[in-house]
Amino acid sequence: MNLHEYQGKEILSSFGVGIQRGIVAQTPEEAVKAAKELTEKTGTSWYVVKAQVHAGGRGKGGGVKLAKNLEEVKKISNDIIGMMLITPQTSAEGKLVSQVLIAEDVYYPGESETEEFYVSILLNRATGKNMVMYSPEGGMDIEEVAEKTPELIFTEEIDPGTGLLPFQARKIAFNLGLSGNAFKEMTKFVMSLYKAYESSDAAMFEINPVLKTSDNKILAVDAKVSLDENALYRHKDYLEYRDIREEHPIEVEAKAAGLNYVALDGNVGCMVNGAGLAMGTMDLIKQAGGEPANFLDVGGTADAKRVEIAFRIILKDPNVKAILVNIFGGIVRCDRVAQGVVDAYNNMKNAINVPIIVRLQGTNAVEAKALIDAQEGLNVISAVEFQEAAEKVQEVLS
Amino acid sequence: MSVLVNKDSKIIVQGFTGSEGTFHASQMIEYGTNVVGGVTPGKGGQEHLGRPVFNTVQDAVDKAGADTTIIFVPPAFAADAIMEAADAGIKVIICITEGIPVGDMVKVKAYLQNKETRLIGPNCPGVITPGEAKVGIMPGFIFKKGNVGIVSKSGTLTYEAADQVVKQGYGITTAIGIGGDPIIGTTTKEAVELLMNDPETEAIVMIGEIGGQLEAEAARWIKADGNRKPVVGFIAGQTAPAGRTMGHAGAIVSGEGESAQAKMEILAENGIHVVASPAKIGEAIASVLAGVAK
Repeated sequence: MNLHEYQGKEILSSFGVGIQRGIVAQTPEEAVKAAKELTEKTGTSWYVVKAQVHAGGRGKGGGVKLAKNLEEVKKISNDIIGMMLITPQTSAEGKLVSQVLIAEDVYYPGESETEEFYVSILLNRATGKNMVMYSPEGGMDIEEVAEKTPELIFTEEIDPGTGLLPFQARKIAFNLGLSGNAFKEMTKFVMSLYKAYESSDAAMFEINPVLKTSDNKILAVDAKVSLDENALYRHKDYLEYRDIREEHPIEVEAKAAGLNYVALDGNVGCMVNGAGLAMGTMDLIKQAGGEPANFLDVGGTADAKRVEIAFRIILKDPNVKAILVNIFGGIVRCDRVAQGVVDAYNNMKNAINVPIIVRLQGTNAVEAKALIDAQEGLNVISAVEFQEAAEKVQEVLS
Repeated sequence: MSVLVNKDSKIIVQGFTGSEGTFHASQMIEYGTNVVGGVTPGKGGQEHLGRPVFNTVQDAVDKAGADTTIIFVPPAFAADAIMEAADAGIKVIICITEGIPVGDMVKVKAYLQNKETRLIGPNCPGVITPGEAKVGIMPGFIFKKGNVGIVSKSGTLTYEAADQVVKQGYGITTAIGIGGDPIIGTTTKEAVELLMNDPETEAIVMIGEIGGQLEAEAARWIKADGNRKPVVGFIAGQTAPAGRTMGHAGAIVSGEGESAQAKMEILAENGIHVVASPAKIGEAIASVLAGVAK
């Protein structure tokens, strides 16, 4: 589950990680109020207005701007709230901004120059261990750093038995070129950041930039935080962080119905049991000359009710020109699934306006095909072999 | 021969008396699998499906001689169940449970490091050696005995592959579902290595999907090992967008070399017979085994 910057910072702060403070606002008026409150709390005289959407590169798209007074806060917030923010990580239409974070100015002048770093924590799948990935090249696109100056990216692997150790934190601070108070602050920052990562069951932390202020404090200026959804049962307080405005509306509905659905751009919908077979079916649709309109794992119990819900979800996408149902019946019998398809079809006859190709393989596949072929007046085409299904898709598309 | 499980395996079911455990344990017994009992804490001493129930895995090892376990425990308790089995000296642990927190699996992986045990899964369909032992949730009848080994991250794609192989007149030595999570006990390479060293296995089907580097690691090992047996490879998710999780928690393209296209290239470079279509797995096996007795 991806979080907004302000939500990620809330988690960080609750574990003692230094952050650039801010207050979230839904309207320009709220933004001004937030700015006043922030000045009382922090003494800041300038403000950063930051669009809160689930996408990186917000600054590049005009979603992060400096305001030097309350009037500018109002004007900039008014511009950003409601805009379609286009960044390198969004689609071409961009993402609708519904809220902004009014944040304190942390780049104030002082005894030393400010410096920006990159720090992330994530799972190294190859070793099954978490690692801290960091670089003195902060504030930039890390993929770019990896490409141009890979020697400036460092990693520190974490032993699950001990967690991040103080000597590792010191190594990180040294490699970032810090000394004196800033060095000490960085070791504290990294230790508490790892504590936050582990305790919150995070899937990823990416803090870019981590700022050394002119008075040698270490702060998270941005926070990209993603949580492990499978662990949310032990973090009930984080459930409210889910923002369905950031998700595809059909995906939200499918999730509520207990279906694993991902919306795609194509013209052939699909309903499959099992994630791997679902991906394989999408690939086959492409090879048959179509483009998959979705990923949908209907799971092991493909009964009439579930099939009907799945049909309704798939058909919400107006681009769908045909639907391929691909079920490998093992424990679940194919004739039952076939009956489910027929019942679902009859229940929603007027709602189905595209051809449906049903490929059932496994237990009682022959009976299932006979059952479907015996139906009259349904735009349902049966198949048994995987390849045969692909050819049928090709036929209905041409 | 076969790998991991056979007719002599002494198998227990953790989460034996729950609905999933009960259903699949009875299917396993019906298949002829040597299920010697099960574990449900607090129900020790009872009998279930005609087999003894034990309070702890240690009891099952001591009293029933268990050496293999299959886990149907809910995600919140599954990591503990795996470690309990390892601690009791179980040799092969097969974890079916889907949805275990990654943080828990990081601890499990470290815990297992110095133990003489092999974990398969989690989030997998299990392992089957046709005619001997079905230690999983797969429909047994699809898997006919033969000389083709299968290693797969996906359940239904494994059934699909087995079905195609059987329809070509061949059969299966052992099919290993390694699971679709970001952290799994046995990697693609380790499972392939088991089959390479199995004298009865003459060809291998290796089914991967987007995300991670396991297939590439296996492919490089296969080549370094001298391409001793032909391997047919398929990678699911050629049409999956980057950055999205496709059902399996581990099926997400989040870095270089993790897309289906990138993996297919690496597989091909290392002498694996890559099929672009999941409908062509059986044909590819028939072609690499042409001339070999069925």
